[in-house]
Amino acid sequence: MHFVNRPLATALCSAVALCAALTSCSPQPEEKASGTKDTSHSCTPGGLATEVPGKLTVGTDRPAYAPWFADDKPSNGKGFESAVAYAVAKRLGYDRDAVVWQNVPFNSSFAPGAKKFDFDINQISISEERRKAVAFSSGYYDVRQAVVALKTSKAATAKSVADLKGVKLGAQVGTTSLDVINDLVKPTQRPAVYQRNDFAKSALKNGQVDAIVVDLPTAFYITGSEVPEAKVLGQFPNSSGKPEQFGLVLDKDSGITSCVTAAVDAIRKDGTLAALEKKWLSEAVDAPVLT
Amino acid sequence: MTPHTTPGGADGYVPSERRIARERYRRARARRATAIAATSTLVTGAALFLLITNSPGWARTKETFFSAHYARVALPQVLEGLWLNLRLLAVCGVAVLVLGLLLAVARTLRGPVFFPVRALAIAYTDFFRGLPLIICLLMVVFGVPALRLQGVTTDPVLLGGGALVLTYSAYVAEVFRAGIESVHPSQLAAARSLGLSGGQALRFVVLPQAVRRVVPPLLNDLVSLQKDTGLVSIAGAVDAVYAAQIIASKDFNYTPYVVAGLVFVALTIPMTRLTDWVTARMDRRRAQGGIV
Repeated sequence: MHFVNRPLATALCSAVALCAALTSCSPQPEEKASGTKDTSHSCTPGGLATEVPGKLTVGTDRPAYAPWFADDKPSNGKGFESAVAYAVAKRLGYDRDAVVWQNVPFNSSFAPGAKKFDFDINQISISEERRKAVAFSSGYYDVRQAVVALKTSKAATAKSVADLKGVKLGAQVGTTSLDVINDLVKPTQRPAVYQRNDFAKSALKNGQVDAIVVDLPTAFYITGSEVPEAKVLGQFPNSSGKPEQFGLVLDKDSGITSCVTAAVDAIRKDGTLAALEKKWLSEAVDAPVLT
Repeated sequence: MTPHTTPGGADGYVPSERRIARERYRRARARRATAIAATSTLVTGAALFLLITNSPGWARTKETFFSAHYARVALPQVLEGLWLNLRLLAVCGVAVLVLGLLLAVARTLRGPVFFPVRALAIAYTDFFRGLPLIICLLMVVFGVPALRLQGVTTDPVLLGGGALVLTYSAYVAEVFRAGIESVHPSQLAAARSLGLSGGQALRFVVLPQAVRRVVPPLLNDLVSLQKDTGLVSIAGAVDAVYAAQIIASKDFNYTPYVVAGLVFVALTIPMTRLTDWVTARMDRRRAQGGIV
Protein backbone atom coordinates (compact mmCIF):
# COMPACT_ATOMS: atom_id res chain seq x y z
CA MET A 1 0.00 0.00 0.00
CA HIS A 2 2.73 2.45 0.90
CA PHE A 3 4.23 1.82 -2.54
CA VAL A 4 1.05 2.96 -4.29
CA ASN A 5 0.64 6.13 -2.30
CA ARG A 6 4.10 7.47 -2.59
CA PRO A 7 3.78 9.45 -5.86
CA LEU A 8 0.42 10.80 -4.82
CA ALA A 9 1.80 11.82 -1.45
CA THR A 10 4.79 13.48 -3.11
CA ALA A 11 2.55 15.41 -5.48
CA LEU A 12 0.30 16.53 -2.66
CA CYS A 13 3.26 17.50 -0.52
CA SER A 14 4.83 19.56 -3.29
CA ALA A 15 1.48 21.18 -4.04
CA VAL A 16 1.01 22.04 -0.38
CA ALA A 17 4.55 23.40 -0.23
CA LEU A 18 3.96 25.54 -3.33
CA CYS A 19 0.65 26.83 -1.99
CA ALA A 20 2.30 27.63 1.32
CA ALA A 21 5.08 29.50 -0.42
CA LEU A 22 2.49 31.34 -2.46
CA THR A 23 0.35 32.44 0.45
CA SER A 24 3.30 33.34 2.60
CA CYS A 25 5.08 35.55 0.10
CA SER A 26 2.28 37.36 -1.68
CA PRO A 27 0.96 39.80 0.92
CA GLN A 28 4.34 40.99 2.18
CA PRO A 29 5.46 43.34 -0.60
CA GLU A 30 2.05 45.00 -0.72
CA GLU A 31 2.45 46.05 2.90
CA LYS A 32 5.88 47.39 2.08
CA ALA A 33 4.49 49.30 -0.88
CA SER A 34 1.72 50.88 1.16
CA GLY A 35 4.26 51.66 3.84
CA THR A 36 6.42 53.65 1.44
CA LYS A 37 3.38 55.46 0.12
CA ASP A 38 2.56 56.79 3.58
CA THR A 39 5.88 58.56 3.88
CA SER A 40 5.63 60.07 0.40
CA HIS A 41 3.71 63.14 1.52
CA SER A 42 6.43 64.57 3.71
CA CYS A 43 9.77 65.14 2.06
CA THR A 44 11.76 65.34 5.26
CA PRO A 45 15.30 66.44 4.39
CA GLY A 46 17.59 63.43 4.37
CA GLY A 47 14.82 61.17 5.61
CA LEU A 48 13.19 59.80 2.49
CA ALA A 49 12.25 56.14 2.13
CA THR A 50 15.27 55.42 -0.03
CA GLU A 51 16.71 52.02 -1.02
CA VAL A 52 19.46 52.39 1.56
CA PRO A 53 18.26 54.46 4.52
CA GLY A 54 20.22 57.66 4.94
CA LYS A 55 21.79 57.33 1.49
CA LEU A 56 20.59 58.45 -1.91
CA THR A 57 21.44 55.88 -4.57
CA VAL A 58 21.72 57.38 -8.04
CA GLY A 59 22.02 55.21 -11.14
CA THR A 60 23.62 55.84 -14.51
CA ASP A 61 25.04 53.78 -17.34
CA ARG A 62 28.69 53.06 -17.97
CA PRO A 63 30.52 54.56 -19.83
CA ALA A 64 29.16 57.90 -18.66
CA TYR A 65 29.52 60.21 -21.64
CA ALA A 66 30.71 63.79 -21.74
CA PRO A 67 29.45 66.48 -21.54
CA TRP A 68 26.90 64.85 -19.25
CA PHE A 69 29.62 63.37 -17.06
CA ALA A 70 33.34 63.91 -16.96
CA ASP A 71 36.12 61.30 -17.07
CA ASP A 72 33.55 58.48 -16.84
CA LYS A 73 33.31 59.22 -13.10
CA PRO A 74 29.78 60.29 -12.14
CA SER A 75 30.87 60.76 -8.53
CA ASN A 76 33.23 63.66 -9.31
CA GLY A 77 30.39 66.17 -9.60
CA LYS A 78 31.65 67.29 -13.00
CA GLY A 79 29.51 67.27 -16.11
CA PHE A 80 25.92 68.46 -16.37
CA GLU A 81 24.07 65.36 -15.16
CA SER A 82 26.46 64.68 -12.32
CA ALA A 83 26.03 68.27 -11.16
CA VAL A 84 22.23 68.04 -11.49
CA ALA A 85 22.18 64.82 -9.48
CA TYR A 86 24.13 66.45 -6.66
CA ALA A 87 21.94 69.57 -6.80
CA VAL A 88 18.80 67.43 -6.53
CA ALA A 89 20.37 65.42 -3.71
CA LYS A 90 21.23 68.59 -1.82
CA ARG A 91 17.69 69.85 -2.24
CA LEU A 92 16.41 66.53 -0.85
CA GLY A 93 18.68 66.90 2.16
CA TYR A 94 21.49 64.54 1.17
CA ASP A 95 24.96 66.03 1.12
CA ARG A 96 27.74 64.80 -1.15
CA ASP A 97 28.85 61.94 1.11
CA ALA A 98 25.34 60.51 1.21
CA VAL A 99 25.10 60.12 -2.56
CA VAL A 100 26.02 56.64 -3.81
CA TRP A 101 26.39 55.98 -7.55
CA GLN A 102 25.24 52.71 -9.09
CA ASN A 103 26.04 51.37 -12.54
CA VAL A 104 22.64 50.79 -14.14
CA PRO A 105 22.63 49.69 -17.80
CA PHE A 106 19.98 51.54 -19.80
CA ASN A 107 18.16 48.28 -20.57
CA SER A 108 17.66 47.43 -16.93
CA SER A 109 16.75 50.94 -15.81
CA PHE A 110 13.16 50.25 -16.84
CA ALA A 111 12.90 46.62 -15.70
CA PRO A 112 9.96 45.83 -13.44
CA GLY A 113 10.78 44.56 -9.98
CA ALA A 114 13.07 45.78 -7.25
CA LYS A 115 15.32 48.67 -8.27
CA LYS A 116 18.80 49.19 -6.96
CA PHE A 117 18.62 52.95 -7.40
CA ASP A 118 16.46 55.74 -6.02
CA PHE A 119 16.60 57.60 -9.29
CA ASP A 120 18.46 57.10 -12.56
CA ILE A 121 19.97 59.97 -14.56
CA ASN A 122 21.06 58.96 -18.05
CA GLN A 123 19.72 61.38 -20.68
CA ILE A 124 16.40 59.58 -20.67
CA SER A 125 13.65 61.42 -22.51
CA ILE A 126 10.23 61.59 -20.93
CA SER A 127 7.43 60.05 -23.00
CA GLU A 128 3.89 58.95 -22.26
CA GLU A 129 4.62 55.40 -23.47
CA ARG A 130 7.57 55.14 -21.09
CA ARG A 131 5.45 56.45 -18.23
CA LYS A 132 3.57 53.13 -18.31
CA ALA A 133 6.73 51.39 -17.13
CA VAL A 134 8.53 53.90 -14.93
CA ALA A 135 7.92 57.16 -13.09
CA PHE A 136 9.62 60.35 -14.22
CA SER A 137 10.52 63.45 -12.30
CA SER A 138 9.76 66.72 -14.02
CA GLY A 139 12.18 67.49 -16.83
CA TYR A 140 15.58 68.92 -15.99
CA TYR A 141 16.75 69.72 -19.52
CA ASP A 142 15.04 70.67 -22.77
CA VAL A 143 16.83 68.70 -25.43
CA ARG A 144 17.18 69.18 -29.16
CA GLN A 145 18.41 66.57 -31.59
CA ALA A 146 21.22 67.42 -34.00
CA VAL A 147 22.96 65.92 -37.05
CA VAL A 148 26.70 65.35 -37.18
CA ALA A 149 28.51 64.51 -40.44
CA LEU A 150 32.09 64.36 -41.65
CA LYS A 151 33.07 67.56 -43.44
CA THR A 152 33.92 65.46 -46.49
CA SER A 153 30.72 63.42 -46.48
CA LYS A 154 27.94 63.87 -49.01
CA ALA A 155 25.66 64.82 -46.14
CA ALA A 156 27.85 67.80 -45.23
CA THR A 157 25.94 70.19 -47.48
CA ALA A 158 22.50 69.34 -46.08
CA LYS A 159 20.57 72.44 -45.07
CA SER A 160 17.12 70.98 -44.53
CA VAL A 161 15.49 67.83 -43.22
CA ALA A 162 14.60 66.91 -46.80
CA ASP A 163 18.29 66.98 -47.77
CA LEU A 164 18.89 64.16 -45.27
CA LYS A 165 16.35 61.79 -46.83
CA GLY A 166 18.80 60.15 -49.19
CA VAL A 167 21.78 59.74 -46.85
CA LYS A 168 22.66 56.83 -44.64
CA LEU A 169 21.91 57.89 -41.06
CA GLY A 170 22.86 56.29 -37.78
CA ALA A 171 21.78 56.65 -34.15
CA GLN A 172 22.01 54.90 -30.81
CA VAL A 173 19.31 52.42 -29.85
CA GLY A 174 16.68 53.58 -27.38
CA THR A 175 17.23 57.27 -28.06
CA THR A 176 14.85 59.89 -29.36
CA SER A 177 17.55 60.53 -31.96
CA LEU A 178 16.46 57.29 -33.61
CA ASP A 179 12.80 58.36 -33.38
CA VAL A 180 13.67 61.63 -35.09
CA ILE A 181 15.25 59.70 -37.96
CA ASN A 182 12.30 57.36 -38.33
CA ASP A 183 9.47 59.82 -37.71
CA LEU A 184 10.79 63.14 -39.00
CA VAL A 185 13.45 62.44 -41.64
CA LYS A 186 11.94 59.17 -42.90
CA PRO A 187 15.10 58.27 -44.85
CA THR A 188 15.03 56.06 -47.92
CA GLN A 189 17.74 53.80 -46.48
CA ARG A 190 17.16 51.94 -43.26
CA PRO A 191 19.09 53.74 -40.50
CA ALA A 192 22.00 51.99 -38.80
CA VAL A 193 21.31 51.46 -35.11
CA TYR A 194 24.14 51.16 -32.63
CA GLN A 195 24.34 49.83 -29.10
CA ARG A 196 26.45 52.73 -27.98
CA ASN A 197 27.38 56.15 -29.27
CA ASP A 198 30.99 54.94 -29.41
CA PHE A 199 30.09 52.51 -32.19
CA ALA A 200 28.11 55.20 -34.00
CA LYS A 201 31.16 57.46 -33.85
CA SER A 202 33.41 54.70 -35.25
CA ALA A 203 30.98 54.12 -38.09
CA LEU A 204 30.87 57.86 -38.78
CA LYS A 205 34.66 58.07 -38.89
CA ASN A 206 34.85 55.01 -41.16
CA GLY A 207 32.26 56.36 -43.54
CA GLN A 208 29.91 53.45 -42.85
CA VAL A 209 27.20 56.06 -42.23
CA ASP A 210 27.01 59.52 -43.76
CA ALA A 211 25.71 61.23 -40.66
CA ILE A 212 24.60 60.41 -37.12
CA VAL A 213 21.87 61.95 -35.04
CA VAL A 214 22.59 62.68 -31.36
CA ASP A 215 21.38 65.23 -28.86
CA LEU A 216 22.78 68.70 -29.32
CA PRO A 217 25.29 68.85 -26.44
CA THR A 218 26.65 65.42 -27.40
CA ALA A 219 26.91 66.62 -31.00
CA PHE A 220 29.09 69.54 -29.96
CA TYR A 221 31.17 67.33 -27.72
CA ILE A 222 31.76 64.89 -30.61
CA THR A 223 32.84 67.58 -33.05
CA GLY A 224 34.76 69.47 -30.39
CA SER A 225 36.95 66.73 -29.03
CA GLU A 226 36.24 63.26 -30.40
CA VAL A 227 35.78 63.53 -34.17
CA PRO A 228 37.23 66.93 -35.12
CA GLU A 229 36.88 66.11 -38.82
CA ALA A 230 33.10 66.19 -38.38
CA LYS A 231 30.76 69.13 -37.98
CA VAL A 232 27.30 69.79 -36.59
CA LEU A 233 25.03 70.33 -39.59
CA GLY A 234 22.24 71.73 -37.49
CA GLN A 235 19.50 70.90 -35.05
CA PHE A 236 16.09 69.50 -35.82
CA PRO A 237 13.09 71.76 -35.55
CA ASN A 238 10.80 71.06 -32.66
CA SER A 239 8.00 69.25 -34.39
CA SER A 240 5.47 68.44 -31.72
CA GLY A 241 5.41 71.87 -30.11
CA LYS A 242 6.05 70.39 -26.68
CA PRO A 243 9.79 70.39 -25.95
CA GLU A 244 11.42 67.03 -25.44
CA GLN A 245 12.80 66.80 -21.93
CA PHE A 246 15.20 64.59 -20.03
CA GLY A 247 13.79 63.36 -16.73
CA LEU A 248 15.02 61.41 -13.75
CA VAL A 249 13.75 57.82 -13.86
CA LEU A 250 12.22 56.33 -10.73
CA ASP A 251 10.52 53.04 -10.00
CA LYS A 252 6.85 53.18 -10.95
CA ASP A 253 5.84 52.50 -7.35
CA SER A 254 8.51 54.70 -5.85
CA GLY A 255 7.28 56.69 -2.86
CA ILE A 256 9.72 59.54 -3.43
CA THR A 257 8.71 60.61 -6.97
CA SER A 258 6.82 63.68 -5.79
CA CYS A 259 9.72 64.75 -3.56
CA VAL A 260 12.23 64.36 -6.41
CA THR A 261 9.95 66.28 -8.77
CA ALA A 262 9.60 69.04 -6.18
CA ALA A 263 13.39 69.18 -5.88
CA VAL A 264 13.87 69.44 -9.66
CA ASP A 265 11.23 72.16 -9.85
CA ALA A 266 12.94 74.03 -7.02
CA ILE A 267 16.39 74.01 -8.62
CA ARG A 268 14.89 75.17 -11.90
CA LYS A 269 13.08 78.02 -10.12
CA ASP A 270 16.12 79.26 -8.21
CA GLY A 271 18.27 79.29 -11.36
CA THR A 272 20.55 76.38 -10.42
CA LEU A 273 19.63 74.39 -13.54
CA ALA A 274 20.22 77.35 -15.82
CA ALA A 275 23.59 78.00 -14.20
CA LEU A 276 24.64 74.35 -14.55
CA GLU A 277 23.51 74.34 -18.17
CA LYS A 278 25.59 77.45 -18.82
CA LYS A 279 28.60 75.90 -17.10
CA TRP A 280 28.60 72.49 -18.76
CA LEU A 281 26.58 72.79 -21.98
CA SER A 282 27.21 76.38 -23.00
CA GLU A 283 28.54 75.47 -26.45
CA ALA A 284 25.23 73.95 -27.43
CA VAL A 285 23.37 77.18 -27.92
CA ASP A 286 23.52 78.25 -31.52
CA ALA A 287 23.29 75.52 -34.08
CA PRO A 288 21.26 76.41 -37.16
CA VAL A 289 17.81 74.87 -37.22
CA LEU A 290 17.28 72.57 -40.20
CA THR A 291 14.32 73.77 -42.17
CA MET B 1 -0.21 -8.83 -25.75
CA THR B 2 -2.23 -11.50 -27.60
CA PRO B 3 -6.01 -11.24 -27.37
CA HIS B 4 -7.55 -13.95 -25.27
CA THR B 5 -11.07 -12.92 -24.39
CA THR B 6 -12.64 -16.16 -25.57
CA PRO B 7 -11.18 -19.32 -24.14
CA GLY B 8 -9.98 -21.57 -26.89
CA GLY B 9 -9.08 -19.23 -29.82
CA ALA B 10 -7.94 -20.24 -33.28
CA ASP B 11 -4.68 -21.54 -31.96
CA GLY B 12 -6.40 -23.36 -29.16
CA TYR B 13 -4.66 -21.28 -26.52
CA VAL B 14 -6.52 -20.89 -23.26
CA PRO B 15 -4.95 -18.55 -20.74
CA SER B 16 -4.97 -19.76 -17.23
CA GLU B 17 -7.02 -18.16 -14.47
CA ARG B 18 -3.83 -16.93 -12.90
CA ARG B 19 -2.66 -15.32 -16.12
CA ILE B 20 -5.98 -13.50 -16.60
CA ALA B 21 -5.84 -12.26 -13.04
CA ARG B 22 -2.27 -11.11 -13.50
CA GLU B 23 -3.11 -9.19 -16.64
CA ARG B 24 -6.13 -7.59 -15.05
CA TYR B 25 -3.91 -6.52 -12.17
CA ARG B 26 -1.37 -5.09 -14.58
CA ARG B 27 -4.01 -3.07 -16.44
CA ALA B 28 -5.29 -1.72 -13.17
CA ARG B 29 -1.78 -0.70 -12.18
CA ALA B 30 -1.22 1.01 -15.53
CA ARG B 31 -4.50 2.95 -15.17
CA ARG B 32 -3.59 3.97 -11.66
CA ALA B 33 -0.13 5.12 -12.73
CA THR B 34 -1.60 7.20 -15.56
CA ALA B 35 -4.17 8.73 -13.22
CA ILE B 36 -1.54 9.61 -10.64
CA ALA B 37 0.76 11.11 -13.26
CA ALA B 38 -2.09 13.19 -14.68
CA THR B 39 -3.21 14.42 -11.26
CA SER B 40 0.32 15.21 -10.22
CA THR B 41 0.95 17.15 -13.43
CA LEU B 42 -2.29 19.06 -13.06
CA VAL B 43 -1.65 19.90 -9.42
CA THR B 44 1.92 21.02 -10.15
CA GLY B 45 0.80 23.04 -13.16
CA ALA B 46 -2.00 24.71 -11.23
CA ALA B 47 0.31 25.46 -8.30
CA LEU B 48 2.93 27.01 -10.59
CA PHE B 49 0.26 28.99 -12.42
CA LEU B 50 -1.16 30.29 -9.15
CA LEU B 51 2.30 31.02 -7.80
CA ILE B 52 3.17 33.12 -10.84
CA THR B 53 -0.17 34.86 -11.31
CA ASN B 54 -0.55 35.58 -7.58
CA SER B 55 2.96 36.91 -7.19
CA PRO B 56 2.90 40.55 -6.12
CA GLY B 57 4.51 41.83 -9.30
CA TRP B 58 2.48 39.75 -11.76
CA ALA B 59 0.32 42.59 -13.04
CA ARG B 60 3.35 44.65 -14.03
CA THR B 61 5.33 41.65 -15.24
CA LYS B 62 2.43 40.66 -17.47
CA GLU B 63 2.14 44.17 -18.87
CA THR B 64 5.90 44.48 -19.40
CA PHE B 65 6.66 41.03 -20.83
CA PHE B 66 3.40 39.74 -22.29
CA SER B 67 1.64 42.77 -23.70
CA ALA B 68 -0.53 41.83 -26.68
CA HIS B 69 -0.20 45.34 -28.09
CA TYR B 70 3.59 45.24 -28.19
CA ALA B 71 3.60 41.68 -29.49
CA ARG B 72 1.58 42.87 -32.49
CA VAL B 73 3.85 45.88 -32.98
CA ALA B 74 7.01 43.80 -32.69
CA LEU B 75 6.22 40.72 -34.75
CA PRO B 76 6.48 42.23 -38.27
CA GLN B 77 9.70 44.06 -37.43
CA VAL B 78 11.18 41.01 -35.72
CA LEU B 79 10.35 38.88 -38.75
CA GLU B 80 11.92 41.47 -41.03
CA GLY B 81 15.06 41.30 -38.88
CA LEU B 82 14.92 37.52 -38.94
CA TRP B 83 15.31 37.63 -42.71
CA LEU B 84 18.79 39.07 -42.14
CA ASN B 85 19.59 36.27 -39.68
CA LEU B 86 18.46 33.64 -42.16
CA ARG B 87 20.46 35.05 -45.07
CA LEU B 88 23.56 35.30 -42.90
CA LEU B 89 23.01 31.74 -41.67
CA ALA B 90 22.74 30.37 -45.20
CA VAL B 91 25.79 32.18 -46.61
CA CYS B 92 28.01 31.91 -43.54
CA GLY B 93 26.95 28.30 -42.93
CA VAL B 94 28.23 27.20 -46.34
CA ALA B 95 31.41 29.28 -46.09
CA VAL B 96 32.12 27.92 -42.61
CA LEU B 97 31.74 24.31 -43.74
CA VAL B 98 34.02 24.77 -46.74
CA LEU B 99 36.71 26.71 -44.89
CA GLY B 100 36.51 24.43 -41.86
CA LEU B 101 36.98 21.33 -44.00
CA LEU B 102 39.93 22.89 -45.83
CA LEU B 103 41.56 23.82 -42.53
CA ALA B 104 41.04 20.35 -41.11
CA VAL B 105 42.51 18.71 -44.19
CA ALA B 106 45.44 21.13 -44.14
CA ARG B 107 46.08 20.27 -40.54
CA THR B 108 46.03 16.51 -41.09
CA LEU B 109 48.34 16.51 -44.10
CA ARG B 110 51.36 14.32 -43.54
CA GLY B 111 54.92 14.84 -44.68
CA PRO B 112 57.57 17.42 -43.80
CA VAL B 113 56.91 19.49 -46.93
CA PHE B 114 53.50 20.44 -45.59
CA PHE B 115 54.83 21.73 -42.29
CA PRO B 116 54.14 25.44 -43.05
CA VAL B 117 50.57 24.61 -44.10
CA ARG B 118 50.01 22.61 -40.92
CA ALA B 119 51.54 25.33 -38.77
CA LEU B 120 49.36 27.99 -40.36
CA ALA B 121 46.23 25.91 -39.93
CA ILE B 122 47.09 25.26 -36.29
CA ALA B 123 47.80 28.94 -35.65
CA TYR B 124 44.52 29.91 -37.31
CA THR B 125 42.37 27.50 -35.32
CA ASP B 126 44.12 28.30 -32.06
CA PHE B 127 43.74 32.04 -32.56
CA PHE B 128 40.16 32.27 -33.78
CA ARG B 129 38.84 29.57 -31.47
CA GLY B 130 40.26 31.45 -28.53
CA LEU B 131 39.31 34.97 -29.65
CA PRO B 132 35.89 35.94 -28.27
CA LEU B 133 33.45 36.32 -31.16
CA ILE B 134 32.36 39.78 -30.06
CA ILE B 135 35.94 41.05 -30.18
CA CYS B 136 36.52 39.44 -33.55
CA LEU B 137 33.36 41.19 -34.79
CA LEU B 138 34.40 44.59 -33.44
CA MET B 139 37.88 44.28 -34.95
CA VAL B 140 36.52 43.32 -38.35
CA VAL B 141 33.48 45.59 -38.68
CA PHE B 142 35.14 48.74 -37.33
CA GLY B 143 38.84 47.93 -37.75
CA VAL B 144 38.86 46.92 -41.40
CA PRO B 145 37.05 50.06 -42.68
CA ALA B 146 39.36 52.18 -40.53
CA LEU B 147 42.26 51.03 -42.73
CA ARG B 148 40.59 52.84 -45.66
CA LEU B 149 41.66 50.23 -48.17
CA GLN B 150 40.47 50.82 -51.71
CA GLY B 151 37.82 48.41 -52.86
CA VAL B 152 37.22 46.81 -49.46
CA THR B 153 33.62 46.90 -48.39
CA THR B 154 32.44 48.89 -45.39
CA ASP B 155 29.09 47.11 -45.36
CA PRO B 156 28.57 45.96 -41.76
CA VAL B 157 26.63 42.86 -42.82
CA LEU B 158 29.36 41.60 -45.14
CA LEU B 159 32.10 42.40 -42.64
CA GLY B 160 30.13 40.90 -39.77
CA GLY B 161 29.46 37.79 -41.81
CA GLY B 162 33.19 37.58 -42.49
CA ALA B 163 33.95 37.74 -38.78
CA LEU B 164 31.43 34.96 -38.10
CA VAL B 165 33.10 32.80 -40.75
CA LEU B 166 36.54 33.43 -39.24
CA THR B 167 35.48 32.31 -35.77
CA TYR B 168 33.12 29.51 -36.67
CA SER B 169 35.41 27.92 -39.28
CA ALA B 170 37.99 27.49 -36.52
CA TYR B 171 35.45 25.58 -34.41
CA VAL B 172 34.22 23.53 -37.33
CA ALA B 173 37.77 22.72 -38.44
CA GLU B 174 38.34 21.07 -35.08
CA VAL B 175 35.16 19.04 -35.46
CA PHE B 176 36.24 17.86 -38.91
CA ARG B 177 39.72 17.06 -37.64
CA ALA B 178 38.24 14.91 -34.89
CA GLY B 179 36.26 13.09 -37.58
CA ILE B 180 39.28 12.58 -39.82
CA GLU B 181 41.40 11.31 -36.97
CA SER B 182 38.67 8.89 -35.91
CA VAL B 183 39.02 6.99 -39.21
CA HIS B 184 41.25 4.02 -38.51
CA PRO B 185 44.70 4.17 -40.19
CA SER B 186 44.05 0.75 -41.71
CA GLN B 187 41.43 2.41 -43.94
CA LEU B 188 44.08 4.63 -45.47
CA ALA B 189 46.53 1.78 -45.72
CA ALA B 190 43.93 -0.38 -47.48
CA ALA B 191 43.06 2.43 -49.88
CA ARG B 192 46.69 3.01 -50.75
CA SER B 193 47.30 -0.72 -51.24
CA LEU B 194 44.39 -0.75 -53.72
CA GLY B 195 46.34 1.75 -55.77
CA LEU B 196 44.61 5.00 -54.78
CA SER B 197 46.83 8.04 -54.53
CA GLY B 198 47.06 9.93 -51.23
CA GLY B 199 44.62 12.53 -52.48
CA GLN B 200 42.20 9.93 -53.80
CA ALA B 201 42.34 7.99 -50.55
CA LEU B 202 41.48 11.15 -48.66
CA ARG B 203 38.74 12.10 -51.09
CA PHE B 204 37.05 8.71 -51.50
CA VAL B 205 37.82 6.80 -48.33
CA VAL B 206 38.72 8.98 -45.35
CA LEU B 207 36.57 12.10 -45.78
CA PRO B 208 33.24 10.35 -46.48
CA GLN B 209 33.61 8.37 -43.27
CA ALA B 210 34.91 11.33 -41.29
CA VAL B 211 32.14 13.70 -42.37
CA ARG B 212 29.39 11.19 -41.63
CA ARG B 213 30.70 10.69 -38.13
CA VAL B 214 30.65 14.39 -37.27
CA VAL B 215 27.31 15.41 -38.76
CA PRO B 216 25.54 15.75 -35.35
CA PRO B 217 28.17 18.08 -33.84
CA LEU B 218 28.27 20.03 -37.10
CA LEU B 219 24.54 20.65 -36.98
CA ASN B 220 24.99 21.67 -33.37
CA ASP B 221 27.47 24.33 -34.47
CA LEU B 222 25.02 25.43 -37.14
CA VAL B 223 22.32 26.02 -34.52
CA SER B 224 24.85 27.98 -32.52
CA LEU B 225 25.77 30.02 -35.59
CA GLN B 226 22.09 30.72 -36.20
CA LYS B 227 21.83 32.43 -32.83
CA ASP B 228 25.13 34.25 -33.16
CA THR B 229 24.24 35.80 -36.53
CA GLY B 230 22.44 38.42 -34.46
CA LEU B 231 25.75 39.72 -33.11
CA VAL B 232 26.31 41.36 -36.49
CA SER B 233 23.93 44.00 -35.17
CA ILE B 234 26.84 45.47 -33.22
CA ALA B 235 27.79 47.21 -36.48
CA GLY B 236 24.40 48.80 -36.93
CA ALA B 237 22.54 46.20 -38.99
CA VAL B 238 19.12 45.36 -37.59
CA ASP B 239 18.49 41.66 -36.97
CA ALA B 240 15.53 40.07 -35.19
CA VAL B 241 16.80 40.55 -31.64
CA TYR B 242 17.94 44.08 -32.35
CA ALA B 243 14.60 44.99 -33.92
CA ALA B 244 13.09 43.85 -30.63
CA GLN B 245 15.55 45.91 -28.63
CA ILE B 246 14.78 49.03 -30.63
CA ILE B 247 11.08 48.77 -29.79
CA ALA B 248 11.75 47.70 -26.21
CA SER B 249 13.99 50.62 -25.41
CA LYS B 250 11.77 53.14 -27.16
CA ASP B 251 8.70 52.40 -25.07
CA PHE B 252 10.21 50.57 -22.10
CA ASN B 253 8.42 47.29 -22.70
CA TYR B 254 10.14 43.88 -22.88
CA THR B 255 7.46 42.05 -24.87
CA PRO B 256 9.37 42.37 -28.18
CA TYR B 257 12.22 40.35 -26.66
CA VAL B 258 9.80 37.57 -25.77
CA VAL B 259 8.47 37.62 -29.33
CA ALA B 260 12.00 37.46 -30.79
CA GLY B 261 12.93 34.67 -28.38
CA LEU B 262 9.92 32.59 -29.40
CA VAL B 263 10.68 33.13 -33.08
CA PHE B 264 14.18 31.78 -32.57
CA VAL B 265 12.92 28.80 -30.59
CA ALA B 266 10.43 28.09 -33.36
CA LEU B 267 13.33 28.13 -35.79
CA THR B 268 15.63 25.97 -33.69
CA ILE B 269 13.12 23.18 -33.04
CA PRO B 270 12.90 22.13 -36.72
CA MET B 271 16.67 22.21 -36.89
CA THR B 272 16.93 19.95 -33.86
CA ARG B 273 14.41 17.53 -35.40
CA LEU B 274 16.44 17.62 -38.61
CA THR B 275 19.57 16.73 -36.63
CA ASP B 276 17.75 13.83 -35.01
CA TRP B 277 16.47 12.64 -38.38
CA VAL B 278 19.90 12.83 -40.00
CA THR B 279 21.46 10.93 -37.10
CA ALA B 280 18.78 8.24 -37.19
CA ARG B 281 19.15 7.87 -40.95
CA MET B 282 22.89 7.48 -40.61
CA ASP B 283 22.49 4.90 -37.86
CA ARG B 284 20.08 2.92 -40.02
CA ARG B 285 22.47 2.96 -42.94
CA ARG B 286 25.35 1.88 -40.76
CA ALA B 287 23.29 -0.93 -39.29
CA GLN B 288 22.55 -2.23 -42.79
CA GLY B 289 26.24 -2.36 -43.47
CA GLY B 290 26.05 0.41 -46.06
CA ILE B 291 29.19 2.01 -44.78
CA VAL B 292 32.53 0.41 -44.02
